Amino acid sequence: MHMADALISPAVGGTLWAATAGLIGYSSRKVKQDMDDRRIPLMGVLGAFIFAAQMINFTIPGTGSSGHLGGGLILAILLGPAAAFLTLASVLTVQALFFADGGLLALGCNIFNLGFFPCFAAYPLFYKPIAGGRISQRRIVLGAILSAVLGLQLGALGVVFETFLSGISDLPFSTFLFLMQPIHLAVGIVEGLVTAAVVVFVWKARPEILEMTAASKPAGIPSFKKVLAGLLIAAAVTGGFISWFASTHPDGLEWSISRSTGKQEIDPPKKGLHRLLATLQEKTSFLPDYSFKISKNEETAGDAWPAVDSGTSLSGILGGALTLITLVLIGVLLKRRKKPHAQH
Amino acid sequence: MSHHIVEVKDLRFTYPDGTPALQGVSFRIVHGESVAIVGANGAGKSTLLLHLNGYLAPKGGEIRIGDYPLTRKTLQTVRRTVGMVFQDPDDQLFMPTVYDDVAFGPLNLGLPTAEVESRVLNALSVVDTLHLKNRPPYKLSRGEKRSVAIASVLSMSPDILVMDEPTSDLDPKARRKLIELLKTFKHTKIIATHDLDMVLDLCERTIVIYNGRVTADGPTLKIFENQALLAESHLEKPLGMQGCPVCKGSR
Amino acid sequence: MPSIESTFFDLGTMDAISRQDTFVHRMDPRIKVLTTLVFIVCVVSFGKHEISALVPFLVYPVFLVVFGDLPVAYLLRKVTVAAPFAVLIGIFNPLLDQQVLLQVGPVGISGGWISFFSILLRFMMTVGAALILIATTGYHAVCMALEKMGVPQIFVVQLLFLYRYLFVLVDEASRMVRARSLRSFQGKGLGIRVFGSMAGHLLLRTMDRAQRIHLAMLCRGFDGNIRPSHPLRVRGWEVMFLLGWSALFVFMRSYNGPRFLGNLIQGFIP
Repeated sequence: MHMADALISPAVGGTLWAATAGLIGYSSRKVKQDMDDRRIPLMGVLGAFIFAAQMINFTIPGTGSSGHLGGGLILAILLGPAAAFLTLASVLTVQALFFADGGLLALGCNIFNLGFFPCFAAYPLFYKPIAGGRISQRRIVLGAILSAVLGLQLGALGVVFETFLSGISDLPFSTFLFLMQPIHLAVGIVEGLVTAAVVVFVWKARPEILEMTAASKPAGIPSFKKVLAGLLIAAAVTGGFISWFASTHPDGLEWSISRSTGKQEIDPPKKGLHRLLATLQEKTSFLPDYSFKISKNEETAGDAWPAVDSGTSLSGILGGALTLITLVLIGVLLKRRKKPHAQH
Repeated sequence: MSHHIVEVKDLRFTYPDGTPALQGVSFRIVHGESVAIVGANGAGKSTLLLHLNGYLAPKGGEIRIGDYPLTRKTLQTVRRTVGMVFQDPDDQLFMPTVYDDVAFGPLNLGLPTAEVESRVLNALSVVDTLHLKNRPPYKLSRGEKRSVAIASVLSMSPDILVMDEPTSDLDPKARRKLIELLKTFKHTKIIATHDLDMVLDLCERTIVIYNGRVTADGPTLKIFENQALLAESHLEKPLGMQGCPVCKGSR
Repeated sequence: MPSIESTFFDLGTMDAISRQDTFVHRMDPRIKVLTTLVFIVCVVSFGKHEISALVPFLVYPVFLVVFGDLPVAYLLRKVTVAAPFAVLIGIFNPLLDQQVLLQVGPVGISGGWISFFSILLRFMMTVGAALILIATTGYHAVCMALEKMGVPQIFVVQLLFLYRYLFVLVDEASRMVRARSLRSFQGKGLGIRVFGSMAGHLLLRTMDRAQRIHLAMLCRGFDGNIRPSHPLRVRGWEVMFLLGWSALFVFMRSYNGPRFLGNLIQGFIP
């Protein structure tokens, strides 16, 4: 679910970072405006709580596999969207810095996928209307499941788009999509159940906590209409962009398709997993030319192919290996020499 | 020196869920006194302490710290005068390093950097933790955390020091060190504690709280000799005043 | 997600490593952050089939590891532990892209395998760069650098508080887990309801703690603003560090050194 630097292009990573930075700025302003400086230590410890809670694994009933809490929804329920977004962003930052979770460029994508959708879309659209006002166990469970599913579906969609648009992975769009969405539907249901379990517990033990956040208008909740309008606009723009791209750059789409599938010639899929994927691909493809049997236009595909001929590549291997060995040797030697001076 | 007087008159407080916590507490503490507040768990000690720096507002009665009655407007001034040390030092040390934590107070007072630095170094050397100034709080032992927490309050130069269970979970040596340290302080000291032996060593006056009321207020030794009073308040004699376990003789 | 105890240990270890005293550690954090960013962007910007051009970039991490006195094995372990997702997605490449791009004698290497290895290499380098950044700079210094570079103060404060209480909460959570496991005899694992209860308890304690911290802050005069206690200063040679390395990265991005080297060698082989 976490994007990795290795799979994104600077363009995609940069764009998502711009979006995330904007959201961080917006949320920071909102939280500051809120003027409740109790929130400052609360955000800090709740972030630490989510971090710690994520490390406690539970078994998912019926499957026996283990799962863990995502946390975006719980944060939104307790803190409101803006503060929750900042808290989640901070948790992801620590994970990226200390636990090699994806990398710094992908951090922008991850904060967006895992933070924006639960806090600014799922929570206001589903949880708040259902369980934000009058609270009951049933409402909490329903609200939590719907919000979690929506948040995760959108997040998974984000991952698919970002991976595809970056062009580094060869996974075709539709295959990736049809793998990710069902998996995250299941994950979303579990997340909803777990979130509900925690919230119900808190509600039964200390209802005033939930009532307090329900009564106060937590910073950053846009109105339902605004969120819906925003999503519709985003959908229209995205759809429009894609169709414009397809219509004005027919070769461009072919080009990016051929890049992501890597086929220049008609080649029967080989046995085993490859054939399975190919079948899956054919069954799920909905874009016309989008299949393993690539374009009639071999020229286009040929042009688009990075000019790799075996001659230069061999040199590449030789030179690369040599460089690698040299660097490692120098490193090891220098380290050995430093050892006697090192303080330990 | 009236700004060192702590005066509480008929203080009443009830929690939001209706539990009465304090039902008319009165006392007067003058400059330089060392007073212990003892009583059973739930008797109201911590609640009382939280009123002394204005975190909780009384439902009845009045509090005066020195020249100032404790009101919304005088809160900031009062908090400069009354330094409070909490039971769990982890709640009190929230900055990245020891230096930052001890500097937090003076920086909030608006002091210039040079002044802040001298206050921090001074406070740290008083509690003997100067060598820890660049450590992050999670790397400190329990006793070190406690000392740093005290330093973080000292750096604001309060006149009155309020402490909640300062010796709980300290090992004997750290505890002894703390007691010796506190003996050297000339501030007014108000200490809520279960550690009656520390009270013997440190506080000449003791206030006993039971069920939100003051049941005794006087010289420490006299109160600790009153068995009936102690038993009623869910207390017993300090270990130092009980019979010697070896020869079974009594003091 | 790593186990609780190992997380505690990891955070502490990285923290200790970042407190070493080498000239790398002493540099202004902003310089290190910026250099790392240029590094990552350059590495990530290569086409998917590049491997040889990526290799020279290793000079930067090697430099930092050597002069920052960093434990290589430990860092390598951390990087490989985190590899799974990238591997999971990347492994589709060899399956989907069977076009042979390279003939090495009798063996044909497909574009898919090349891009897979490129992905792995990229992953190790970018993720390694982030780890090395923390190892040579320290979390607090990075946060200070971020604030100086324009990140909103509220977010930086959040980062600092989070880190501070991470240790406390991970400790509390691990005690809970341990207590629970000592009492569970069927070993069926944690169910959702029990998890909800455990997490719920932890949450309530956390919120109480937040209130106490807030009180402690108020007692020391907190008024909503967090003031920094140490100013940051950049020295001249540090700017040269940033510019020099960035120029090198751009150069290495534009010209494929190893290929040139390989050509030279091939020229000498009859």
